[in-house]
This record gives sequence, structure tokens and C-alpha cells, in this order.
Amino acid sequence: MSEPLTPEAPAAPPPVLGYLRDREVHPPLDYPGYRSTALRHPRRRLKLLPHLLTEVTGPLLGEDRVGELDNDLTRQHGGEPQGQRIIVHGRVRDSDGAPVPHTLIEIWQANAGGRYRHTGDNWPSPLDPNFTGGGRTLTDEQGRYRFTTIRPGAYPWKNHDNAWRPAHIHFSLFGRAFTQRLVTQMYFPDDPLFFQDPMWNSIPDPDARERLVARFDYESTEPEWALAYEWDIVLRGRESTVFEDEIALEDDDE
Amino acid sequence: MTAPTTPSQTVGPYLHIGLPWPDGRFALAEGAPGGVWIRGVLTDGAGAPIGDGLVETWQADPDGRFDHPDDPRGAVSRPGFRGFARCPTDAEGRFAVHTLKPGPVPSHLGPQAPHIDVSVFARGMLNRTVTRIYFPDEPEANAADPVLRSIASESARATLVAGPAEDGYRFDIRLQGEGETVFFSV
Repeated sequence: MSEPLTPEAPAAPPPVLGYLRDREVHPPLDYPGYRSTALRHPRRRLKLLPHLLTEVTGPLLGEDRVGELDNDLTRQHGGEPQGQRIIVHGRVRDSDGAPVPHTLIEIWQANAGGRYRHTGDNWPSPLDPNFTGGGRTLTDEQGRYRFTTIRPGAYPWKNHDNAWRPAHIHFSLFGRAFTQRLVTQMYFPDDPLFFQDPMWNSIPDPDARERLVARFDYESTEPEWALAYEWDIVLRGRESTVFEDEIALEDDDE
Repeated sequence: MTAPTTPSQTVGPYLHIGLPWPDGRFALAEGAPGGVWIRGVLTDGAGAPIGDGLVETWQADPDGRFDHPDDPRGAVSRPGFRGFARCPTDAEGRFAVHTLKPGPVPSHLGPQAPHIDVSVFARGMLNRTVTRIYFPDEPEANAADPVLRSIASESARATLVAGPAEDGYRFDIRLQGEGETVFFSV
């Protein structure tokens, strides 16, 4: 049996401020150039979900998810990994420019030769016994993050003839709300492989693609130790007003 | 001044290096009282299981409250309850999360039936897809829910309602085709 919705049926609360909708920034779910999307995209049009309490809240994961050395991928084993040691750092902001503090960032990547430590990756490039390729950290009060790792290599895949993924690091971010959740990839400047990469080309706006490219950051390079790259991430910010079209849900048109 | 946002990219096939947590599936701590399992299978447009996906869930507690400062009623924490779970799918496409059944959640559109927000990630998905789990033992609340009510097709609506199971609920996610789950633009 169902339970009553609320004990004394209080008046409906006022709307909460939602988050900016930025669907046009992101790749479509159906993108024939990336063959694996064919059977993995919904055919029915996505239904507009208003931003209610479940959408404007989200898990605020803290220090308990992060170990002391988790932001240094070069120190997870007895020895040092092969490859070019790099620092990857930047700030997480929302689209209003406000820093996103104390938010969990998780990364994963291939080793210097472009091989992932994963049972599904068997191309002929050696594993590195001193490199796993996973890291995590929390942003600080100003939304800043910093990883030490090695520069990942490019690797072949079977999407199209002579297909190669540009070197990249996978990033996962929570922000402060379910609506802000983002998984993406950071690329390196001037990669010659972009032109044939469907992940890159799936982003409709060429300017938006460039936002996935880190900047070589000579100023932050550590002499005789590591090169540095800076990459800022922008999550969706909050609406300044409640939009009328989200107050009333339209009937489905299917 | 609005800064343009960072685009999404796929998690790819090697997400297991970075995303799974040992306690990931436990939105409610293992062994805590009142827990239910929500189990399901993630399938593609050919009906084949997706063995390299990841399912995440976020929800209110049994009182319909969130441990979050942006809930205007105030943040409420509940020992052992994280409200969030993440579970990679296995070779058969299966996932499972251990949680508490949420309570109804108020909104300006009227009271929402108990529900769980779900994100689905996988190789072959350039962005996450988002859906909601509703509960089969809440027919009246579901009938009044503003989000469910906005979906005209009864068969489409039914894809968002879990089925009963011995230790909780069953919720399959079909990305495409026959019985395709309703997905939301958030």
C-alpha cells in the first residue's frame, strides 16, 4: 500500500534555482563517427527534467575518499614510472566564475607508451610495473587542483582504419549538484591526431573542443623535475532566475 | 558574464582504472538496518548486456531530506547513509546498489514520489544519460508525481518504475530499442 505523500500536505514550496542548461556544448549521444554510439544512444527524444531538489543537490564527497599520495601518480609503486614527468593543475569554476571548492576530481590514463593497465587493453606496447594510471584529489578553497603524473602516450583503436586516440587524461568531476556531474578528457596542445579523432570531432563547436586542451605552463614548470600544463574546468553555474518553461512541465509529444 | 562550460567526453573502456570504489555500491553502509538492494541489467539497442558501463545513483533519505546545504529545509545527515552509489556493470551487464528507499520530496510542481536519480556512463556514450527510478509500491504517489505525469505514454512511464525483488527492487536500463528507458535532459 502507498503511504500518504506528506502528513499534513503543506503548501508547495517555492521553486529552487536550477542550473544553466548547456546541452549544445556537449557531443550528441548519436555520433556515427564513433561507431560504438550506434547501439548505445536512446532513440526517444530526451525528456526535459526540471531542476528540483534531487537535481540541485549531490554528494559532497570529502577527504575520506582521497589518500595522501593519490594526486601523485608517479609515487604509487616501488619505483618511478617511465616517461615525461608532468604537473597538471588548474581551477574548477562554475560558469558564473565562482570557484568550486572541495570537490572530488578523479583521473585515469594510459602509461607513457599509450597502454592502459586494464585487461581490455592488449595492444603491443609494454605495461609499466611502476604505473597504474589512476589518481584523485579534492579542489582547495579556491577550486584549485594539482596532479603529478607522466605524459600519457597516444594509442591505436579499431574505430576506423589507422585510428589513434590523441594523448589524453580522463577527468571525472562531481561539482556540488547532480546537475553538475561531468566526465571528460583533457588533451595536450598541438596534438597532430585531433583531425581523425571522433571524440574530439563529436563536439559540435570548434571553440568548445579547444576548451579540452591544456595550456603548456612554463611558469609552473619545476626546474630539473617536471614540465607543467594548466587546465581549467568550467561546470554549469546556477540560473539567476527561475525560467518559466521549467515551472510548468510540458506534456510529452511522442 | 557567463563562461562557457567544459564539454563532456566518453568514459571509454578503461573507466575501471579510475572510477570504481571498494564501497561504491553502498549508498547505505553494508549491514546497516533497513537496506534494500536495487539490482538491474544495462543493455544496448541489440538487447546485449553492456559489460563496461557504470551506474551512479543519488537520492533523498527516507524522510525526503538531503545532506546538502542547498536544500532550503537544511542539510540532514544520517549515519551510514551517503545517498550516493556507483557500480560498474559486470560482464553480464549487471549492477546493484544497496540503499534506503527514499521518502517523497517536495517541489513547486507538487510532491514528488520517492525516486532516485541515475547517471549511466559507458564506452560508446559521449555524455552520460540520466534517468529516474520510481517504486512499484507507491502507485498513488507515482500517479501524482509531476515528472512521471509529464510523460504521456504509459509504456514509456512504466520504464521508470522498478519491479519488486526478493531483497529489494529490480530496475533494468535499456539504452535503446524495445522497452527503451526514458532518459532526461538535465
